[in-house]
Amino acid sequence: MTALRRIAVPTAALVLFALFWEALVWVNGWPDYRMASPSDLWPAFWEHRGLFLKYSWDTLWRTIAGLGLAVVVGVALGVVMGFSRTMRDALYPLLVGFNAIPKATVVPIIALMFVGQHDMNTILIAFMISFFPIAVSVSIGLSTLEPEYRDILRALGASRMTIFWKIALPKTLPEFFGALKVSVTLAFIGTNLMEIVEPHGRGLGHLFDSGKISADYPLMFAVLIALALLGILLFYVVVLLERIFAGWADRE
Amino acid sequence: MTAPAHIEIRGVTHAYRTESGPLPVLNDLNIFLPEGGFTAVVGPSGCGKSTLTRLIAGLMRPDSGTVWIGPDEIKAPRKTVGMAFQNPVLLEWRTILANVMLPLEIVAPGMARKDREARARELLAEVGLEGFEDKRPSELSGGMRQRASLCRALVHRPEVLILDEPFGALDAFTREDLWQTMHALRREEKFTCLLITHDLRESVFLADEIVVLSGRPAHAQYVMPSALPRDRTLDSLFTEQATEMLAVLRHQIEIAQGRSAPEEVPA
Repeated sequence: MTALRRIAVPTAALVLFALFWEALVWVNGWPDYRMASPSDLWPAFWEHRGLFLKYSWDTLWRTIAGLGLAVVVGVALGVVMGFSRTMRDALYPLLVGFNAIPKATVVPIIALMFVGQHDMNTILIAFMISFFPIAVSVSIGLSTLEPEYRDILRALGASRMTIFWKIALPKTLPEFFGALKVSVTLAFIGTNLMEIVEPHGRGLGHLFDSGKISADYPLMFAVLIALALLGILLFYVVVLLERIFAGWADRE
Repeated sequence: MTAPAHIEIRGVTHAYRTESGPLPVLNDLNIFLPEGGFTAVVGPSGCGKSTLTRLIAGLMRPDSGTVWIGPDEIKAPRKTVGMAFQNPVLLEWRTILANVMLPLEIVAPGMARKDREARARELLAEVGLEGFEDKRPSELSGGMRQRASLCRALVHRPEVLILDEPFGALDAFTREDLWQTMHALRREEKFTCLLITHDLRESVFLADEIVVLSGRPAHAQYVMPSALPRDRTLDSLFTEQATEMLAVLRHQIEIAQGRSAPEEVPA
């Protein structure tokens, strides 16, 4: 019953949303270049099904690679800032400043720096836009560790590494996954930003761009829906990982 | 693993460096805890009782003076100490059983998992947590969590058990249950125990000897051997000897508080 409910309720919400959207376009008599309706989308999907699959994969793997890089660098920065006050004071303004730069302005710079290396450019933007929340939450998680947690192991002569692996790291996992949920969406935005601003013939961003150029409005809307679906997929993969690795923090 | 050992605090003086200058907490403190004994340390708030536990655990070193466990001077943490605090600090991501086994992973990495588990289960049974081995800490009451914390402190058979107000956050009835558990553990396990507490009844019920610390900077102001028989029930607290001990301790605490700095905020 509960399993059925958990699938039925969100599905019903999606169907209702699509019906409302369809009705809105129909009642107003909007042409598809003003607002495409769900019934226009399916033909667009079907016509370009091969491209949708191919470009979705491009967008997906580059997002995941960028996010992976963000996890590695973000956790490393978080650990350094979490354990050293000096490093925290030194790195914070740098990171905040870096994070404040709108990434749309960085896209052409990166594209110039690594001309032609589209995969790397895209991954870099996905990484740059998404590592900040991870670094901040890991550092906060580590620096707010109660001293008693450390003492129970330190009193037994445990090394700093042991204390890190056995206590500090697992205790920070809920904060880490909280940040990862934000970062996964950001990385996805980063990938598409690169694909749309510096089109290089790859990814859903490129498909969106070609829809724009050829005035294929249903295609543009179809890309938006595909992006939304990919975003949902990525988000729930993170939720699943959180359940597996930090499920203990759930007090339900 | 190890037999209990005596603890000796010899002329320990210590001050914390704060922004407004040094804050002396211990001043020529001398305490002797006999092997296998149970010593309670009471004193006014902020008189350096927790500092004392950290010194014995080797988590910090005094400005001057020495701390000895058995024949060894304590200069660094050692594997033969068990600690429990007011906050049970159980690891939320581990089961109760895995929490209790934690010290063995550090102290005896070569020990077979089966043996570690058997030892942890034995202790959990001793404190009445049989059947809760696979629960998470968040599923247990405060008293049960504190019981698990005691098991973790004892699982590696330490020479020395350091208790820093472990029952302070529990309600009165749960606290009395835990006191009796402590007596039961003493019958089963061999260790030298130092108990830091604010509760004079607790010190009278549990300890062989009670040390009253003066206000900050603390020295041993008064040492009282227990007048109660070794076998105690909660009724022992309502005997004439116990009442007399409590009255003397109360008086000693008042003296200690009188010496504490006037800006001191009592807890």
